[in-house]
Amino acid sequence: MAYKDEQLNEEKVFKDPVHRYVHVKDRVIWDLISAAEFQRLRRIKQLGTSYLTFHGAEHSRFNHSLGVYEIVRRILFNFEGREHWNKEQRLLCLCAALLHDLGHGPFSHSFEKVFKLDHEEFTRKIILGNTEVNHILQRVDKGFPQKVADVINKTYEDKLVISLISSQIDADRMDYLQRDAYFTGVSYGHFDMERILRVMRPLEDQVVIKSSGMHAVEDYIMSRYQMYWQVYFHPVSRSAEVILSKILHRAKDLYQQDYTFSLKPTHFLSFFTGDVSLEDYLRLDESIVLYYFQMWADEADPILSDLCVRFTNRKLFKYIEFNPNLQMEEWMELYSLFEKAGMDPEYYLVVDSSSDLPYDFYRPGEEGERLPIHLLMPNQELKELSRQSDIVESISGKKRTDHKLYFPMDFVEALPDDEPEKARIETLLGLSQEK
Amino acid sequence: MLTNHAKLMKFFMTSGEIIGRKKLQKMIYILKNCDIPFEEKFEFHFYGPYSEELTLRMEELCNLGFIAESKEKKSNYYQYRYTMTRAGEDFLNHSQVVLPPFEDKIDKMKDQSSRFLELVSTILYFKHLSKSEVEEKIQIVKKSSNYTATDIESAWQFIAELQGNEQVQA
Repeated sequence: MAYKDEQLNEEKVFKDPVHRYVHVKDRVIWDLISAAEFQRLRRIKQLGTSYLTFHGAEHSRFNHSLGVYEIVRRILFNFEGREHWNKEQRLLCLCAALLHDLGHGPFSHSFEKVFKLDHEEFTRKIILGNTEVNHILQRVDKGFPQKVADVINKTYEDKLVISLISSQIDADRMDYLQRDAYFTGVSYGHFDMERILRVMRPLEDQVVIKSSGMHAVEDYIMSRYQMYWQVYFHPVSRSAEVILSKILHRAKDLYQQDYTFSLKPTHFLSFFTGDVSLEDYLRLDESIVLYYFQMWADEADPILSDLCVRFTNRKLFKYIEFNPNLQMEEWMELYSLFEKAGMDPEYYLVVDSSSDLPYDFYRPGEEGERLPIHLLMPNQELKELSRQSDIVESISGKKRTDHKLYFPMDFVEALPDDEPEKARIETLLGLSQEK
Repeated sequence: MLTNHAKLMKFFMTSGEIIGRKKLQKMIYILKNCDIPFEEKFEFHFYGPYSEELTLRMEELCNLGFIAESKEKKSNYYQYRYTMTRAGEDFLNHSQVVLPPFEDKIDKMKDQSSRFLELVSTILYFKHLSKSEVEEKIQIVKKSSNYTATDIESAWQFIAELQGNEQVQA
């Protein structure tokens, strides 16, 4: 029997708190799960720094990837025999679902921003490079790794296949919303996924939702909206993210200034020089990063040391709401006051915007901008979701952006009372009234 | 502060009014590919390269009152227009952001349709491939757009002009 068709003698199951069980029967899938690059995802947290706000949010990209695979497996089971669905694409869909996050690094978002990396590019490199994953995919067919990479990169010829893994209502989002809700312990994020799976219909180039399932989709959009504000945009997680990002900037700056680290930052060297090989990338996971943060807490450089102590011991920055339009003058004054008071504003006065975060809301958008969620009406016509649903339309029109100013409250409080800058800083940060 | 927002404001100061979100997305992507250091992350989507980060940043600029957005109803959808406001000009005056000159590139792009810019940005997305591989890829990912050989040739020419090259390498 061809490798691509090989089935395990007995179906394997993974217990899963979100989907109850993840079922594996295909030999290829079983082998991919055992590959070193996939196992590495156990050491990358799904929600980055959110565990500092929600103590349960320690789940990994490994859990999530299995979940996305399981959702796609169930969708394809429902698609069997339907028009437009080509069952020859089944294994490709399952592999792409399982491997879609393979290139995520430790604290992915901050790493990407500071070191100008792209996790999608590393996903491609892992799938197409000299890796265990690649060797398994090659056994299916020489061209199979490229197909999997194309689906994940959204450049595959069959757009229906792409839309299962990546669209405004895809298996990726359906898994992470439910999984993140479960592990953070919040009561949002729940929706009737079984119902959505039952009303999904394959069309030539996209998955659409039978109009009778509109209310289940409304629930999904609502939970997406609530999760963004309650979990993903949580100001305390953003504070941790700000500190994380500043640690990486500081370490890189010090390296570029020929600073001598007490502990040679071996794992980071190629990140500092901008020449990261696949091997370097795969070696750096979150346990390694946290080890360095502990070691850097004892560094001679006061800024690196302080930031690492803050991150490790959760001594985070405080924040105030900030409007860059109305408070531009105040910000400029604060910047100068922080400098005079010996707090480097490049590290200790940080404006963080909602667009600095890697999450999006549902937007119907403009024609040709981005593919929206389409409802399949009884007359076979397609209608954009927000044109049919008052709930979705009202959420789509809401103001959803904010800016916060982060700073170390303990440093400000520790300034001597007779230091002339202190009173003015407290006034500008709105701290005076609290005393 | 807000360096990436300021870069976008520089774009609007140079471009004047932009009609259509799709056109805006493609223009920023093309400029980024001409080494103008915009930092928004783009991914390939149904209609070519698209940046959610850019969409959200635009929403922030509108909510801050730096960019005015107007929405007009077309037959089956809405179209958006963007212009810089007085508050936006003030913000930019406080900013230290410096970008390489790109006025000529904007002038060239503003005259083009968003459909054509979608083709140009898609070609640029596959720039790591050879010319023939790119064209093959266009036929695959843009099957429903029905771009002709003439469209594709014009797009190559356009890229060469933008990048200041006489001949695009095959």
